[in-house]
Amino acid sequence: MGLWQRLTNLRRRERVDAEIAAELEAHIALAVEDAMRAGMSEADARRSARLRFGNPVALREKTMGADAALVLDGVWRDVKFALRQMKKSPGFALTAVITLALGIGANVAVFGVVNAVLLSPLAVRDPQSLYQLRHKAWAKGRLLTHSYPAFEDFQRRNTTFSGMTAIDAYSNGALRWGNAVTEVHGDEVTGNYFDLLGVEPGLGQFFHAADEHGPNSVPYVVLSDELWRSAFHADRGVVGTTVELNRHPFTVVGVASPQFHGTERFVWPDYWIPMLNEEQTTGVDYLHARASIAVTVIGRLKPGVTPSQAAENLSAISAELNKEYPLTDDGQPLRLVHPGLWGDDGAVIRGFLWSVTVLALLVLAAACANLAGLFAARAADRSRELALRVALGSSRRRLVRQLLTEAALLAVLGGAVGLGSAALLLVALNRWHPAFGGHVAVSVDARVYLAGLAFTLASALLFGMVPARQAWQNSPLHAMKSGSVESPHLRRFALRDLLLGAQIAICTLLVTASLVAVRGMERMLRAPLGFEPQGAMLVELDLSQVELAGPQGADGALVQEKAALEAVRSIPGVTAAGTVSRTPMTGGMHGVPVFRPGTVEFTLDHSVLAPYVFTMSPGYLEAAGTRLLSGRDVAWTDTAQTPAVAVVNESFAKKMWGRQPAVGQRFIVSGRLTEVVGVAQDGKYHDMEESPQPVVYVPLPQDEQSEAIFVVRSQRAGNEMAVALERALSGIAPNVPISVESWPDTLASELFPARAATVALGVMGLLAAMLAVTGIFGMAAYGVSKRMKELGIRVALGARRMQVLGSAVGRPIMLLGVGSMLGLACGVFASRLLGHIVYQANPRDPLVVGGAIATMALLGMAATLIPARRALRVDPSQLMREE
Amino acid sequence: MAKNDLQGTLDLLVLKTLAQMGRLHGYGIVQHIQRVSDELLRVEEGSLYPALHRMEQSGWIGSEWALTETGRKAKYYRLTATGRRRLDEAERDFEELVKGVRAVLRYA
Repeated sequence: MGLWQRLTNLRRRERVDAEIAAELEAHIALAVEDAMRAGMSEADARRSARLRFGNPVALREKTMGADAALVLDGVWRDVKFALRQMKKSPGFALTAVITLALGIGANVAVFGVVNAVLLSPLAVRDPQSLYQLRHKAWAKGRLLTHSYPAFEDFQRRNTTFSGMTAIDAYSNGALRWGNAVTEVHGDEVTGNYFDLLGVEPGLGQFFHAADEHGPNSVPYVVLSDELWRSAFHADRGVVGTTVELNRHPFTVVGVASPQFHGTERFVWPDYWIPMLNEEQTTGVDYLHARASIAVTVIGRLKPGVTPSQAAENLSAISAELNKEYPLTDDGQPLRLVHPGLWGDDGAVIRGFLWSVTVLALLVLAAACANLAGLFAARAADRSRELALRVALGSSRRRLVRQLLTEAALLAVLGGAVGLGSAALLLVALNRWHPAFGGHVAVSVDARVYLAGLAFTLASALLFGMVPARQAWQNSPLHAMKSGSVESPHLRRFALRDLLLGAQIAICTLLVTASLVAVRGMERMLRAPLGFEPQGAMLVELDLSQVELAGPQGADGALVQEKAALEAVRSIPGVTAAGTVSRTPMTGGMHGVPVFRPGTVEFTLDHSVLAPYVFTMSPGYLEAAGTRLLSGRDVAWTDTAQTPAVAVVNESFAKKMWGRQPAVGQRFIVSGRLTEVVGVAQDGKYHDMEESPQPVVYVPLPQDEQSEAIFVVRSQRAGNEMAVALERALSGIAPNVPISVESWPDTLASELFPARAATVALGVMGLLAAMLAVTGIFGMAAYGVSKRMKELGIRVALGARRMQVLGSAVGRPIMLLGVGSMLGLACGVFASRLLGHIVYQANPRDPLVVGGAIATMALLGMAATLIPARRALRVDPSQLMREE
Repeated sequence: MAKNDLQGTLDLLVLKTLAQMGRLHGYGIVQHIQRVSDELLRVEEGSLYPALHRMEQSGWIGSEWALTETGRKAKYYRLTATGRRRLDEAERDFEELVKGVRAVLRYA
């Protein structure tokens, strides 16, 4: 029989049923006719025929069962029956669907992120053979690893890469198109970049290595699809036109395809320009500076070369370079990682996401355990009905199919709701532009839907098997005899206990995890930063763009910065203001070697320390809230003509001179003998997790550094200040783009991982807590309702309240205790897992352990309160009368 | 080893009956087997009808509604080409089974 016929038969069940009935009817009639011909009376004939025939309904069912065409129809009937069952107890159905929706939704959302960040490859040709050069020593952040001349040496001398490109992902500037000026961030790349990555332009073309003819010879820019849409209104005519980037003309040669976002997943460049033209945007020539660490190096391995062979080859070159350029190249061995996840942070991100995946799966496991318990309880309630059906000839296989259909139906409903909400969440995540300007591109693709389906089916099997197994093993005789009293079924009770215990253990683990995350977050927020972001604003103002009226060159810039600072200070409400070359924790910092006085050979191995060097104006320390421990701040009177001075931090002072007072000591930095005039407190400079770093602050008037960020401290509200600042500065620097941001906002990116961990774990912990409450409540309430009669008798016989209470909710409470202990133990053992998520995770922290115990106790109390009250209010006289 | 069981035996009886008699309804099949086997074999209706429907699904037999000699409507079954091949197989299997069982019984 063809599939089509089977499908059409589906709707013809009644017809098939009638036909079978008619066939059987004819059979009986023929038998009766025969018997009457043999001389029997009609009544007797009919009776004997019927007797021989047996139960006509059962036979009809059996015959129908043989019609394979009706198997699908049978499924439909099961579904209808399951729907009727659900309608009978909507509360149960709703609980189950919500529980599953939460469990499955959490998993799909987590999987969506994992899929986008870890599983889907970068949109370049053969991403597997693409590697990024890293120093052997593991470093957080620090995308820039090499100087441009060193990159050229690696590119020329290596024998293991088919190509290498250098990227400076920190390019930025003001892009002018017609009259519109946009602040943009992009990548400066070598000419072979696009060809090496093997990407195709969306519009126009890319630039190539063949276009390069020395510095500033390639004034081309490639726009990102996003920038092209937002700033150029997706104008196809833009290709071939000229735009200005930091006042230098660049020809737009093409637009990248919408899928290509450079080599970093979280930071999408707005544009790409050839690195040869970098001086026009940065104002500094790093192409010839071996000392400035300015580029990220990415290469494509030759076929058949392993990453470790390549790393060996590169490390050998690095050692050679150290011999040739001892002043600048430290000869560190190299290591290769796949690009895309912010250098070495990839390992952290990977660990974090996989750990969160494990925790999300635990939530789903807890949800399934919860539902399995509920289902088992319900199946036990229906054991008499099920037994009756077995006794009446229904096959066990059919019963199991029926129960599994119910489970699958609930799972599908829960899964659909979960998948839907997870998809919405992921779409929202996609639209969300985090404070650090990064992107999280999460697409809800077929893989995510498949994962949702897999989660749904797996959970249906998990919690559907428990009652099905029970029904399979049920003996009808036993079930009917004992009715709803089920004390002999110790095993079944044990299974349900096990489920609840496991669920509570998982829940405790998740609650512990979220408490650990909250503690980590708190620790991070309380960590001494060495500066006070609260109440300060950061103003970015590119004074190099201003046509100078007064003296030209560095002096002119200095005069202007001083004037700008004075204008800012005169704004009412401003308590302090200063400039600094770079605010802490904005990345890209590298140590600058310093030497003891009297050193003659300035090679790296003769240096004593490599502190971070900041250039600051007088007043910066006060504006930043960094305390000066001894000595004085730098002053406007420290100029290029007076002896070089510097403020150093405690770590620098201690490492250089131990317990001796640092003020008055001297050291050599940037080739100048410098005297320490003050010591400032330590702080965090590159990231939250760094060990104390030595730092040198040199005065603005003694450095030709042109970058300056204004730090302004005031008591006025942020937005009000922003307006005042813009007004004050526009007098000095008209038509210069000013960006004003509150300092805490710019630091958000540094706290982002901790915040993400806290949110993720908090949500999981909350879900787990909800599951635990419903689980314990379900079991306690069910237990009490089953034993109302028994409790009534015991009260009538004079049982004390505590005894009644103990027997009513004692078991769930005992399970709660055992499960919680297990969960806490797991938490201690899982500290490695938690370590991936939270910095310095310590599940043995007494506050965390205490918090987890208190939480579980509270949850237990909340969950058993209502059943316990019900047990205590048992009215024996009323109960005895009922049955 | 020959595949054989009780169900297979019932199938064999039904197929053989239809092969000998051509078109027949369920009651006729029961009667025929009973008569031909000298009342030794009595096919249970409870097994016969599910078997008939199963064989129809497998395409071994076809069916149509027709009138009996007494003018009653009944469902008549007949053998198909597939069913004829199936019958040959079933007969062979059965012969082997009988041979095997007999050999075991004779073993002294």
